[in-house]
Amino acid sequence: MNNKMLKNYAINLAVVILIFTGLMGMMATGMLNKYHQGIIIFILINVILASSLNLVTGFLGQLTLGHAGFMAVGAYASALFSVALKGQMPNLLLLIISLIIGGIAASIVGIVIGIPALRLRGDYLAIITLGFGEVIRVVINNIKITGGAQGLTGIPRIASFQSAFWIAALVILVLYRLTHSKQGRAILSIREDEVAAEAVGVRTTYYKVLGFAIAAGFAGVGGGLYAHYIAFLDPNTFGFMRSVEILVIVVLGGMGSLTGTIVAATVLTILPEALRGFSDFRMLLYSFMLIVMMLFRPQGLFGTGEFSWQTLYDRTKLVHSALRKREKRGGIDGSTGSK
Amino acid sequence: MALLEANNISIQFGGLKAVDNFNLQINDKELVGLIGPNGAGKTTVFNMLTGVYMPTEGDIALDGRSIVGKKPYEIVKMGASRTFQNIRLFKELTVLENIKIAYHHDLHYSTLSSILRLPSFWKYEKLAEEACLEFLDIFEMREYADTLAKNLPYGKQRKLEIARALATKPKILMLDEPAAGMNPQETHELMETISLIRKNFNIAILLIEHDMSLVMGICEKIVVLDYGKVIAQGTAEETKNNKDVIRVYLGE
Amino acid sequence: MVLFLQQMINGLSVGSIYALIALGYTMVYGIIRLINFAHGEIMMVGAYIAFILAVNTSLPFILILLISMVLSAVIGVLVERVAYKPLRKAPRISVLITAIGVSFFLQNLALVIFKADPKIMPELIEKKPIAIGPLQVGTVTVTTLALSIVFMIALDLFVKRTKPGKAMRAVSEDKDAAVLMGIHVNKTISLTFAIGSALGALGGVLYGITYTQVFPTLGVLPGLKAFIAAVLGGIGLIPGAVLGGFVIGMIETITKAYLSSQWSDAIVFGLLIIVLIVKPTGILGKNEKEKV
Repeated sequence: MNNKMLKNYAINLAVVILIFTGLMGMMATGMLNKYHQGIIIFILINVILASSLNLVTGFLGQLTLGHAGFMAVGAYASALFSVALKGQMPNLLLLIISLIIGGIAASIVGIVIGIPALRLRGDYLAIITLGFGEVIRVVINNIKITGGAQGLTGIPRIASFQSAFWIAALVILVLYRLTHSKQGRAILSIREDEVAAEAVGVRTTYYKVLGFAIAAGFAGVGGGLYAHYIAFLDPNTFGFMRSVEILVIVVLGGMGSLTGTIVAATVLTILPEALRGFSDFRMLLYSFMLIVMMLFRPQGLFGTGEFSWQTLYDRTKLVHSALRKREKRGGIDGSTGSK
Repeated sequence: MALLEANNISIQFGGLKAVDNFNLQINDKELVGLIGPNGAGKTTVFNMLTGVYMPTEGDIALDGRSIVGKKPYEIVKMGASRTFQNIRLFKELTVLENIKIAYHHDLHYSTLSSILRLPSFWKYEKLAEEACLEFLDIFEMREYADTLAKNLPYGKQRKLEIARALATKPKILMLDEPAAGMNPQETHELMETISLIRKNFNIAILLIEHDMSLVMGICEKIVVLDYGKVIAQGTAEETKNNKDVIRVYLGE
Repeated sequence: MVLFLQQMINGLSVGSIYALIALGYTMVYGIIRLINFAHGEIMMVGAYIAFILAVNTSLPFILILLISMVLSAVIGVLVERVAYKPLRKAPRISVLITAIGVSFFLQNLALVIFKADPKIMPELIEKKPIAIGPLQVGTVTVTTLALSIVFMIALDLFVKRTKPGKAMRAVSEDKDAAVLMGIHVNKTISLTFAIGSALGALGGVLYGITYTQVFPTLGVLPGLKAFIAAVLGGIGLIPGAVLGGFVIGMIETITKAYLSSQWSDAIVFGLLIIVLIVKPTGILGKNEKEKV
């Protein structure tokens, strides 16, 4: 690990801790009430769901429309586990084990679906994953163990802001490291040109299924968090529209940009809440803004790049030195270049 | 035993026999040119040799092992790598990343060590960085290491594609019409690159071209294909004077 | 047996509605490779227009139908011009998201104007059973089937025989070549949206009449099913959409009648998955391999 990387890690860790303590402080002093806290937890859940989808859609380049299905599998698997074992172990331990179970269950389903589905490309993959997602929903709706259409109740409400925050941070860290490794490069090469990737020896099927399984697993973790925060599961919340909402976050943030996903998840979770004042017009405005954002930034907020403090620092330095140079010359149009 | 051996391979698309009883032997370190007019079946042969198509008849052996039915990435692992007629780079990635992707067979660390950043990750990533930069040095492309592949000029893109194919450490390199779309200066640069490979790497090269002068200038052995059949085989001198070849290229 | 035949006719009638909507999906996909998620909402808009006209005027059914189709066509073209056309060179996924945005927008617009509760669709077609031999078939069923078939034949003739129809096929084959042949691509795309939307609206009105209700999310489920129908038959292919529509309609009706209404959706989606795995390009589609 060289110095620059160490510095970057240190800065990022400091920022994450700062955000965490900042939010904790605001919650303790009542600046953020229960309602705000709920929104923040939803942002964190959306960060997990969207960043995992970004691995498949942004980094691997495979469009899928069934991510809510994996979320549902994770939600139900983890909830069923914690319902059975609640009270028998400390809450935090129960939460962690439930989430791991949810993640593994979703991952297995991801592999089972991924192997046949990932042979398809482009829109066909999108459609088949949509189909699988809906099948998962209908199955959950109609079997006994999940509580069927009545929903699943009695889930312990053990997810909190703290656990959601650190799990989201962990997911981002894992995804960042994965995408910046030989596996990550193989995944990116498939997005860039699958035929060429195979021609330089990349096992394309293996990496596609790997990416898909990891993404499904994290979606399952996100679903598990959701289940243990809401404490009630209704199968119809995991429909096609939920998958679409997650995809919207990914595209708006920028395909292949984890930082973009975090920003977009925040914006798109807060937006409908912030528009509550418009009552009936709320969702109308939301969809209108979505269209406008796509029209003006079709490549997403961050494109495929990652935000980093180093680049920001470099860039501001660059801008400053450019401004200074301009000042020295007295500016092109005679202005001082300050404004 | 030859390094690459194609024995009586044929392929049929519907009713059309695109390649008929094709034979080819390439020995270690040999530079072989496969030529023929447009539509002669050169690219089809190429696609069979690289596992994109499966021959309907016949066998292809690399180092004594059959490659028929193997996936392209398996064939790469066995020691044959290729470039494409219409350059296929990982456009949005840097030059260095393009090379690193091809180099990944020599990086022995698991997904888990990537995620946990175990020592093996750092060790092999350092190795990859150094080896790939050195690799770029051979091709005098180090200065472009952080350039996005799509931003390279055309001639350099071809060079990168060849370098990337070599980074898989092949025993044989197959070039599919590398001079396609190049101006004379770029073609000249390409010929230099090929002789550079001959000097620095001990590998065989199969070159597919319809530009006769390029092939005649550098190849030791030339195979001429027309309508899916081999019509002549031999040294540049021999094929140049073969009357079938003259007929095909110049008309009767 | 009689019951089964009756169910078959119901299936055909539902299927013909799916087919009408599927045509819009398939035509748009064929021409700009976009899964137009807003198409189900155009269908809903068509149904609402018919509802307003039926409640406030005493126009005859056929006129109401035509007005609804024309207005929906205008809206469809408008959506294309405003939301899709500026993105023609953008990544395809951005257009997909925009289409989803338009879909949300139209749904919520309907929600604001008409509120969430379903409105009862006036009886535009007089309901009485018609006896065909031992079968009792409703007028709505018969009219739906007849109207769908008439418009499908008209579409087929239009695409095959007329100049703009041929232009549509040319643009979907190869946009660049079409430009070189002097075809006005933008106009042709608009025309495709117009026709697709009009047929979608027809589907919407018939759907509204069949189920006697109109509501803001009316387009979602039939939209999704029609989309599956289009994929099943081979997306981009007009005969494929019709075939797919009928297949989905039949399967849905039969499974609902004889197996289970809860599982019918799973069966429809399962069928979609199987077809995609076995033959991704759909029943009538041609397999194509990427050229190396």
